[in-house]
Amino acid sequence: MAETPAESLLETPLASLHRELGARMVPFAGYAMPVQYPAGIMQEHLHCRAAAALFDVSHMGQAELVGEGAAKALEALTPADVQGLKPNRQRYGLLMTITGGVFDDFMVANLGDRLFLVVNASRKAEDFALIEAALPAGVSLRLLPDRALIALQGPQAVAAIATLAPGIASLPFMGIAPFEIAGVNAIVSRSGYTGEDGVEVSVPAESAERFARALLALPGVQPAGLGARDSLRLEAGLCLYGNDIDETTSPVEAGLVWTIGKRRRTEWNFAGADRVRDELDNGAKRLRVGIRPEGRQPARAHTPVHAPGGAQVGEITSGGFGPSANGPVAMGYVARDLAADGTPLELMVRGKPLAARVAPLPFIPHRYAR
Amino acid sequence: MAELRFTKDHEWIRLEGDVATIGITDHAQNALGDVVFVDLPEAGREVTAGEACAVVESVKAASDVYAPVAGRVRESNAALTDNPALVNSSPTGEGWFFKLEGVDTSAVAALMDENAYNAFLESAA
Repeated sequence: MAETPAESLLETPLASLHRELGARMVPFAGYAMPVQYPAGIMQEHLHCRAAAALFDVSHMGQAELVGEGAAKALEALTPADVQGLKPNRQRYGLLMTITGGVFDDFMVANLGDRLFLVVNASRKAEDFALIEAALPAGVSLRLLPDRALIALQGPQAVAAIATLAPGIASLPFMGIAPFEIAGVNAIVSRSGYTGEDGVEVSVPAESAERFARALLALPGVQPAGLGARDSLRLEAGLCLYGNDIDETTSPVEAGLVWTIGKRRRTEWNFAGADRVRDELDNGAKRLRVGIRPEGRQPARAHTPVHAPGGAQVGEITSGGFGPSANGPVAMGYVARDLAADGTPLELMVRGKPLAARVAPLPFIPHRYAR
Repeated sequence: MAELRFTKDHEWIRLEGDVATIGITDHAQNALGDVVFVDLPEAGREVTAGEACAVVESVKAASDVYAPVAGRVRESNAALTDNPALVNSSPTGEGWFFKLEGVDTSAVAALMDENAYNAFLESAA
């Protein structure tokens, strides 16, 4: 269990709270982050599906894009419809490489006078450099390193936080607005990455601990770490950048064509559009699918996927045990002709074949507010 | 019941006659978290000291379990197939992994006793 020396790791504004709560801290994307609390990953995962879980995601990158033409400038890098994003609405999108791979996945919101961006911790330096380089005069990127990001997820999450700011209950899915919560100026979006209803809340770093304590004091709210966050998003069929999507995978292969705006599919004026257009017309060679191993044995990332008794046809990109699915679940890429639901596969786990089938995603139905 | 001996890889071993029962320590199960699957060796397999011969899977990761000493697998704990959580609830009891026969008793005696293992955990902390 080798660990990066603690002194070289960054900390979020909630680091001392995590330690007080008994978290096990691990290095993740250059930060010391809580992988679990004393309750354990299984219980934290199940609690999120049953009640409400608080996640510190302050390691993620936050920024604002301001100036006339900001949305148009961002559209050069993403096939998402940013110009058509209405005020107080947020959207999930992909930043693209010029060759049609995924540079990162991100959230973009229209806050009226500016766009608000949230990107992955592991990619934030690269993302911000990419965006900066694409900006015309008059549009500027303002990084927000002094803001924390806290997710409250689960069927009781919105009811719980709405006791502090009642207006949150009327936010629609992917709605976003400023609220004052427990005396803290917060930007609240009704979104998340667990498959459950909930919110993601951006607050000033200096208020983050006070804010998190206020949420943890609400009935039904427990802290959950990165371990539960990973198993929750896997069951929800959501991609982890660096595992399920990267610079080699295209939006078509990854099953993320839905993030491409309708207008954008007539303009084809985003980075990597040629590959996306070709794959939409002619089909991708491989596709991201859900994979359910038979039996109880999990198959982890990088497990080779074979046709039964035959050649390798792909690889697992995320895999583990799904506490709510009550069994092993995985995602990965397979050749297109083996991507239909129910197709039998063989996973080579430690050199031994493990029977599996292509399964529909998500493994656990999404329960977003609609 | 004979005393437990321990390895630096966090296995325990209990010798009765020339049959040794092997499992993972309370420290190990706590570090792994909720165990969801255990892959166990077949009876009759000959293993050498330090050989990876079982795998324990928690929600977050898979870890090898090594044979503390050489021997022949006499049996594996079938109860773990249906209830891998026994590794968490009873790591040195019902949560045992496998039994080896034909082991060298002096090799077992050469492993850490409980005090030495606790001191090892302290020094690694």
